[in-house]
Amino acid sequence: MTELALPQIDRTTVSKKSLIVSQLKKFTNEENVLSENEEIKPYETDGLAAYKQTPLAVVLPENTKEVSEILKFCNEENIKVIPRGAGTGLSGGALPLQDAILLGLGKFNKILEIDFDNKCVVTQPGVTNLGITHAVQHKGYYYAPDPSSQLACSIGGNVAENSGGVHSLKYGTTTNNILGVEMVMMDGTITRIGGKTLDQEGYDLLGLVCGSEGLLGVITEVTVKILRKPQSVRAALIGFPTVEDGGNCVSDIISSGIVPAGMEMMDKALIDATDKFSKAGYPKDAEVLMIVELDGTKSEVDGLLNKVSEIAKQNNSNSMKLSNNEKERLAFWSGRKAAFPACGAMAPDYYCMDGSIPRGKLSLILKEINQLSKKYNLAVANAFHAGDGNLHPLIMFDGSDKEQLRKTEEFGAEILKACVKHGGALTGEHGVGIEKRELMCEAFNNDDIQQQLNIKKSLDEKNLLNPGKVYPILRKCAEEGRVHVHRGEEKFPDLPRF
Amino acid sequence: MSTEEKKNSQISLDSETLSPSTEKEVSEIVREIYSKKLPIEITGTGTKKVFGYNLQTAKKLSLSQLSGIIDYQKEELYIKVKAGTPIEDIEKILEENNQELAFEPIDFGYMINGQTNKGTIGGYVACNFAGSRRFKVGSVRDHILGFKGVNGKGDIIKSGGTVVKNVTGYDLSKLISGSFGTLVVLTEITLKVSPKKQSQITVIVYSDEIKKISNLFDKILSSSNEVSAATFIPEEPAYKNYEHTKNKIFKFNDLDQEGSFLAFRIEGDRRSIDERLKELKIELDLSNFKSSILDVHQSVPFWKKVNNLELFSGTKNNILRAVMPPAKCETFSKFLNKNYKYYIDWCGSLFWIEVLDKDDEKINKIKNFILENSGYLTILKKSENFDFQDTLFTIDSTRLMISKKIKDSFDPKKIFNPGRMYREL
Ligand SMILES: Cc1cc2nc3c(=O)[nH]c(=O)nc-3n(C[C@H](O)[C@H](O)[C@H](O)COP(=O)(O)OP(=O)(O)OC[C@H]3O[C@@H](n4cnc5c(N)ncnc54)[C@H](O)[C@@H]3O)c2cc1C
Ligand SMILES: Cc1cc2nc3c(=O)[nH]c(=O)nc-3n(C[C@H](O)[C@H](O)[C@H](O)COP(=O)(O)OP(=O)(O)OC[C@H]3O[C@@H](n4cnc5c(N)ncnc54)[C@H](O)[C@@H]3O)c2cc1C
Repeated sequence: MTELALPQIDRTTVSKKSLIVSQLKKFTNEENVLSENEEIKPYETDGLAAYKQTPLAVVLPENTKEVSEILKFCNEENIKVIPRGAGTGLSGGALPLQDAILLGLGKFNKILEIDFDNKCVVTQPGVTNLGITHAVQHKGYYYAPDPSSQLACSIGGNVAENSGGVHSLKYGTTTNNILGVEMVMMDGTITRIGGKTLDQEGYDLLGLVCGSEGLLGVITEVTVKILRKPQSVRAALIGFPTVEDGGNCVSDIISSGIVPAGMEMMDKALIDATDKFSKAGYPKDAEVLMIVELDGTKSEVDGLLNKVSEIAKQNNSNSMKLSNNEKERLAFWSGRKAAFPACGAMAPDYYCMDGSIPRGKLSLILKEINQLSKKYNLAVANAFHAGDGNLHPLIMFDGSDKEQLRKTEEFGAEILKACVKHGGALTGEHGVGIEKRELMCEAFNNDDIQQQLNIKKSLDEKNLLNPGKVYPILRKCAEEGRVHVHRGEEKFPDLPRF
Repeated sequence: MSTEEKKNSQISLDSETLSPSTEKEVSEIVREIYSKKLPIEITGTGTKKVFGYNLQTAKKLSLSQLSGIIDYQKEELYIKVKAGTPIEDIEKILEENNQELAFEPIDFGYMINGQTNKGTIGGYVACNFAGSRRFKVGSVRDHILGFKGVNGKGDIIKSGGTVVKNVTGYDLSKLISGSFGTLVVLTEITLKVSPKKQSQITVIVYSDEIKKISNLFDKILSSSNEVSAATFIPEEPAYKNYEHTKNKIFKFNDLDQEGSFLAFRIEGDRRSIDERLKELKIELDLSNFKSSILDVHQSVPFWKKVNNLELFSGTKNNILRAVMPPAKCETFSKFLNKNYKYYIDWCGSLFWIEVLDKDDEKINKIKNFILENSGYLTILKKSENFDFQDTLFTIDSTRLMISKKIKDSFDPKKIFNPGRMYREL
């Protein structure tokens, strides 16, 4: 990988390691402080496994008071702190630093209150996304945002990244589905933002914290909204002979006023890859494949599904299946869910990108990506959250070939720049982290970035909380890392990837 | 100063009201007032008395010249406008294209002086008060995709963009929503727009029993039948003669029974409305109530009246806005019922309350009740005789401290709307 610039190492802190470790043991149970190499090694990387760094020490506090005391101490002693949830982040947000304490929220793993009356759940941040749904589904409720890592990722991490999922098209991302948090600031101040009410008085601090990638405070409690499961869910599996037809169909569905629960697309390369992999029965003659899922009342879903198939036909669809039961619906998804592992099977390595574009530019960007693929002579497969224009191109390469690696990085950066050029964004849901940090100047000018840095400074004066993430250090647009998966070293191989 | 001179000195700081017509001019003005440390009041249409503290600023910055639609991409479901654009202009062009702002902008004009006045989009975003559909579709802030504005130093800054999926940097669109113009002067706003639903009906359920009403709200919230608005309009307290009563405002052919009522709205195509209605009748045990149905021609104006606070049209009294956790609906309603003129929106979460002139003590009582029950309070309109005190705000000291730091990072010299939200900001 390209060398990554990280904040300057504070040698004094490193030299005081044993003192710091014994100090930390005063704030929490001794066994919650890890400092031996073999103990802290599991924390050296997150879902962006290409980058590795062991921290000074790992501390796993058990309650908010401990978090507060630890942060206060670190703030006074100028020690950097990296918050970490489940470590599934794909942009390196939880990458440790040599001179930093890694603060893991793993022991915050309890659901505190299930409040059906207020249609919410109060939970500690280390509980998994799916854990919340599991706790309420017996009464027909669920938590809507569904990142495909939901089996493993923590709700605290979801808040920090403002994570989304397939169903964000209709139900929004994390920021639209939380009511409140408890948070500890770098100076140890504990604050509660929001609660069980809709909106809050004063500045929308909840909106600020959501998606702040662990830079503004450590989240120690989250209150999420829960929804009633829809009565009926059906899906359509539709193939198109050209990319344009597929792209136009997406736009037509949305502008006809239909809001599908999810609308996913994959290109020819991925159809082939997943077909071999999952035997999903996807059409062979399609250039792009679309899965449209609709939910609501039974006759409404039936009606909408008919409308969707009409629109698809007008856009020259050359194959179509409509699900008639849960088994069929899940079978439609099975291939799509195998997208990432399928790519893993096709090449030694792949990079997963995460840009977003206006829906209407889908076929245009696909064309550009394919041209770039030829230019760099690297294969690429594309998976899209098409309904909201969020794309995940997967570039396949061999990381042991240094030249290929360099070319892959260039290719990836060109895709993200193209997204911005077409009016989209550098990242739709994976966050900036360390990965896209230096690309920030593609989207923002100095004044924009300075304003954001001023906010950071106002809440963390010494820049000790998760430094080196999100904002460019070099302040020049270096082109560097995407998700790097090397020879089966992929983290979380069992999780479905969307 | 002659009018001629005034005209020429629009950009200079001579006139009392500064009316820039470009973003660059806004930036130049702010740079100038930053260097002179002159506080200003930011206004949209700028003709109105304002909410919160009365500002003692030397100058007004009016955004009304900064008006117009920049880019409307119907297929992409967004509209980009200049911040001083009247909401009505936006609604008109969306209507022509069968789209709408899902957060149903409230027309505060009725409450202010009895006439419609929706104001500008900048003014509306700065307040973040969503209409009746809030519990279903989110607040104003959930529909802001991006913005441009000028911070307190005169720097032009932006955040977000035009796409829905975007996690690049802090989500400042949320932060500026509801900041009452104390962080940035908004110059450009990109809003998410939504397709209009084909049709709608409103079901009226007649009942005076608070317990039953809050139970109905709860069942509606728990239902998967996607009810898009639910309100409770109680009888006014008997002891006072109100000019605008429930019976006068809500005059509809099919709203034909006496007494308090709950109303809820179902939207969609004909078939799904029918299907939902059938299911809701069972879910809510409607056979145990007297009920009637407003068709689309009555339903649309009905919700306008709810949304636009027509019950408080032209009132001289204090108007309070309280938001409560939904499960507190019953206790709070019992506290208010028969004592105050009030109504409930957002399916049991939002309370609009009128408190008579000079009733400071009552307002304090209400405030304490709200705090004890984990809600929050905003005083939307104060009567002339009412001495507005900070003690009325329900924000806690830690959040106020954090808010001050945020304010400082945008507007270090506190020149934008000083004291509009809180005396310290
Ligand atoms: C296979 C796979 C599939 C994925 N699919 C999706 C997807 O569909 N959609 C999507 O949006 N993402 C997806 N992701 C990315 C990732 O799962 C999400 O970003 C997730 O929210 C990260 O949660 P985490 O608990 O693992 O956080 P971590 O990786 O531990 O941390 C992520 C960031 O949040 C901060 N953080 C974590 N916890 C806290 C806290 N309590 N307080 C303050 N800051 C905190 C960290 O400092 C870091 O910056 C996927 C990842 C994988 C590996
Ligand atoms: C909570 C509330 C209380 C109200 N109370 C009164 C009242 O007491 N008397 C009355 O006559 N009218 C009142 N109104 C009416 C209101 O002013 C208008 O009806 C409309 O909602 C606001 O639009 P406007 O463009 O006129 O904004 P204004 O009323 O001019 O401003 C509303 C708020 O937004 C800010 N603002 C406006 N434009 C911008 C911008 N471009 N950038 C940043 N901030 C901006 C203002 O500083 C102010 O804090 C109230 C409205 C609201 C929402």
